[in-house]
Amino acid sequence: MLEETSAVADRKRNAPAISVRGLGKRFGDRVAFDDVSFDVGYGEVFGFLGPNGAGKTTTVRTLGTLLAPSSGSAEVAGLPLKPENGVEIRRRIAIMPESPGLYLRLSVGENLRCFADLYEVPDPSGRIDRVLRAVNLVGRVRDACGTLSKGLRQRVALARALLSDPEVLFLDEPTAGLDPAAARDVHDLIDGLRQGGTTIFLTTHRLEEAERLCDRVAILSTTLRTIGRPSDLRDQQFERALMIKIVEPLPDPDSVFSGLPAVDGWHQDGLAGYVLAVSDGAIAAPSVARALVDAGADVLSISPSRHSLEDVYLTLIDEDHEADPR
Amino acid sequence: MRPHTRRVRAIVRKELSEYRRNTNIIYAIAILPLIFLIQPLVQVFALPTSASVPLRHEHVLLYMLAIPVLVPVTLGAYSIVGERLQGTLEPVLGTPIRRDELLLGKALAAFLPSVCVAYSVFAVFVAAVELFARPGVASALIQGPELLAQLLFTPLLAAWSIWVGIAVSARSSDPRNAAQVSLLMSLPTVAVTTLVAFNVIPATLGVALGLGTALLFLVGLGWRVASAIFDRERLITSTT
Repeated sequence: MLEETSAVADRKRNAPAISVRGLGKRFGDRVAFDDVSFDVGYGEVFGFLGPNGAGKTTTVRTLGTLLAPSSGSAEVAGLPLKPENGVEIRRRIAIMPESPGLYLRLSVGENLRCFADLYEVPDPSGRIDRVLRAVNLVGRVRDACGTLSKGLRQRVALARALLSDPEVLFLDEPTAGLDPAAARDVHDLIDGLRQGGTTIFLTTHRLEEAERLCDRVAILSTTLRTIGRPSDLRDQQFERALMIKIVEPLPDPDSVFSGLPAVDGWHQDGLAGYVLAVSDGAIAAPSVARALVDAGADVLSISPSRHSLEDVYLTLIDEDHEADPR
Repeated sequence: MRPHTRRVRAIVRKELSEYRRNTNIIYAIAILPLIFLIQPLVQVFALPTSASVPLRHEHVLLYMLAIPVLVPVTLGAYSIVGERLQGTLEPVLGTPIRRDELLLGKALAAFLPSVCVAYSVFAVFVAAVELFARPGVASALIQGPELLAQLLFTPLLAAWSIWVGIAVSARSSDPRNAAQVSLLMSLPTVAVTTLVAFNVIPATLGVALGLGTALLFLVGLGWRVASAIFDRERLITSTT
């Protein structure tokens, strides 16, 4: 056991948790996803975003050894993604599918006991207690899963995924179909896992969820469209800008804005608003404020533009739609 | 590679717990044996002592071997397609379990209640005949070799029937269709036992050994065929 622990620690020091190179999956003529490459480090929460049919779930199933890839290669939890490694990879990871897939006639405890045995978990009773505590379900152990709300079923599914203390946890749309309160509960649970150092591969439609929970995100639309930290993606996709609101429009804005340090250009935004393209907001803002005051303008606000991950996502997906309008 | 006992046992325990709480399965397991029990008992009780002479030359008890053929069909046929429709197959396949372990667990879970039911019904039948049939009829009906045949062939027939059910279930998208097709595929086995029961096929030791060997071979083959038919990828991705 000690040997295994040090082997795991070694793996975590020396290699990424997931390493994917040119991976693809086809079903006959239909391409589910193609030429996908990325790395996920141990302890990272990695968001996998994309529209319906983009190939997110198929990617998770492929990395989870449920489907065989059609092309490319990957390593998951230190093992090459090959049929002969299927059992060992599945021992090291856990997948929580979009639908909880619980045995509804069985109790929460019976569901977890079955999976604890399938994962050969030592001391299953103790482990079940611990995961139920982690998802705040200790008092429901004898309840039949069929009597639980959708949110509680999702928590049971998460508890089931945690049973084996996986090196990599795949969460496929964990908040799909949940009301905001139940979704917030799941977010808190994921946040807790993240703080505990669990490597999480999270597919989601909810961009605010990805923005809140993920260290890095990738956007998939059959092929990988982009990958990076949410803040970096915003910077890559949108130029930095200062949003200016004043009481009256400037008579000659060009004379006010041109030549200011770190200001690359401007355009009007509404009657008395301006958007300035800047290379560095911290340098540009003070000089812009001074220039406006010198020009006699009554300044209401000067603020950096705020682009969300949703803006990045929609821009990339819209580009795809324009390129391939089906 | 040898199946891992703990994983197989987990599937068996889970399946048995599910059977216990699934009224459709309980009815399916209970009704058929009752039909096989009540109707022949009524007939046997009505037989006069003079019927004992022709009965000595028939093997009517073997007709009850239809129970271990027909009872497990429902269980086997539900096993894979039922999980698939519940959405529970994907989480199970996401664990380290191998397909041969999963299928073995499901087969054992179907085997245990099927054999218990078949033996219990047979025991009740024999006891009722001993207690309530006319003495000559009882002794003509209950003969040592037939009791032995019942004991030996019940598990073999049940195991074969289960593999047929599981193999059909792995290719099916509807549990009722799977049960019907499995039932159809099990009918030749029932036909053989019936032909032996009514002396069309002579009930000799040689025939018994031949049929026993054939069944053993078929049971082994059934596991391999069911494992080969079990296509993880199709079961997870296909909607039909």
